[in-house]
Amino acid sequence: MSILAEKFRLYLPLTKPLQTGLLLATGLAGYMSARCPVFNIGTLLGAAGSLLLAIAGSTVLNMWWDRDIDAKMGRTKQRATSSKLVNENEVLRLGLILSVFGVGWAIAIDAFYGLIVFAGLFFDVVVYSIWLKRRTAWSIVWGGVSGAMPILAGRTLGLGYVDWIGLTLALGILFWIPTHTLTFSMKFAKDYAAACVPTFPSSYGLGVTRVTIAISSILAAVSMLIASIGIGMDWGFLRLLGVLSAGLLMLAVAITFKPSERVNFGLFKYASVYMLAAMILVVIEAI
Amino acid sequence: MKISPLDRVLLLITGILAAYQVAVGIDGFDTVPIIAYTIAFGVLLVAGLLLIILGFDVLDSPVVVIVSTIIPLSLSLGLVWQHTSFGTSYLIFTIIGFAAVTLTRSIHTPGKIPTIVLAFVHGIAGMTIFLLPIITSMQEKAHPFFSLVGIGGALIGVGGLLLSFLKTGRPILSRETILKVLPSLLLLMTICFVAGFKYG
Repeated sequence: MSILAEKFRLYLPLTKPLQTGLLLATGLAGYMSARCPVFNIGTLLGAAGSLLLAIAGSTVLNMWWDRDIDAKMGRTKQRATSSKLVNENEVLRLGLILSVFGVGWAIAIDAFYGLIVFAGLFFDVVVYSIWLKRRTAWSIVWGGVSGAMPILAGRTLGLGYVDWIGLTLALGILFWIPTHTLTFSMKFAKDYAAACVPTFPSSYGLGVTRVTIAISSILAAVSMLIASIGIGMDWGFLRLLGVLSAGLLMLAVAITFKPSERVNFGLFKYASVYMLAAMILVVIEAI
Repeated sequence: MKISPLDRVLLLITGILAAYQVAVGIDGFDTVPIIAYTIAFGVLLVAGLLLIILGFDVLDSPVVVIVSTIIPLSLSLGLVWQHTSFGTSYLIFTIIGFAAVTLTRSIHTPGKIPTIVLAFVHGIAGMTIFLLPIITSMQEKAHPFFSLVGIGGALIGVGGLLLSFLKTGRPILSRETILKVLPSLLLLMTICFVAGFKYG
């Protein structure tokens, strides 16, 4: 029993529970936004379970693939994969099992939904991590595309087809991800340089990175607002989303014109709070 | 001073109440009060989130003086527009007052002009938020509970005074004491506003 508990303690962080939880929240919000009806418990649990497994699986596979560069970065060298606390073949097997079960479950629920879940996993593991992450700073675009798949998958499951609202919600996530990841790559620029991972700050400088963050924040906020109007969100909730979007834009402007470590950190954290709040609003509206 | 978990919880509840007020609590009002209250409670919400994320050090930013002027100005504008006949005049005062505070804090202004401008604008807005709901309630033009908004106004006045004197280097209470009571003060103030608007 204690061996199992120890394994769980070592392996759980490999799924990045907070990030996985946030992406799962976007997927469920996407599903509920379709009002299909919302409380079809079987489908809702199926969507939650399949997305959870697929997202966690792709994250574990990324950890497995990146274990060598993680070992070179101060921020990640403590990870179980890079500090060899876990067997790397075991990590690979776990990632594959979670991914296969997640995608398989998704296909069993609905083939089209399953295809989008698979696309998210493919873009994340193969295109982003294996192919592009060590080659170009632009890999984050594909990381963003994969991050946008859960919300698109959720809405598509609810509707049975892809609509412009689903694509706009996905765009909102796609543009939000650079706000999150670029602030991160600025904070840990030395780590990424030590691991020879190209990032926007190392490839184009801090100025361009800050402007990119500001532009992507504006586009994320605009996309979320347009999608929310499309969903038919209540005027009061739209006001609230507008307020939260204004906070995001204010920090994006601050990081462009008055950059500092504090503002950088503030934007990084606020961006997560913003997206979580936006998803909660979509869910409350649907209920 | 480091922000404690309890402070974070108090600020989170403050933020949730402010979010409720923006989303639900002002439905049915006229356009100008809706915009004014959305700005006031929106600033409160975002400020609460930034305090949770960045801690009390965020209060050291010079922008805080300007941002903290927005809350009383927009709240008082909403109240004046709803309950008096000189809404347009007060809207002009609000715009000029905010511009004056922003200008005197952004460019070099000699002597005590920035402090005088700040005290004047805050004073008018603060007294409006404090007195108008109480007078309206006493005249039975609103439910007695509406006077809770006035109590909220008094609390925001106390908070504003404590922070302003702290910023000028002549604190009424020590920085530690002010920061210790600030989350509770913000929460109590928000509860008064939300309850006052809901039941008033």
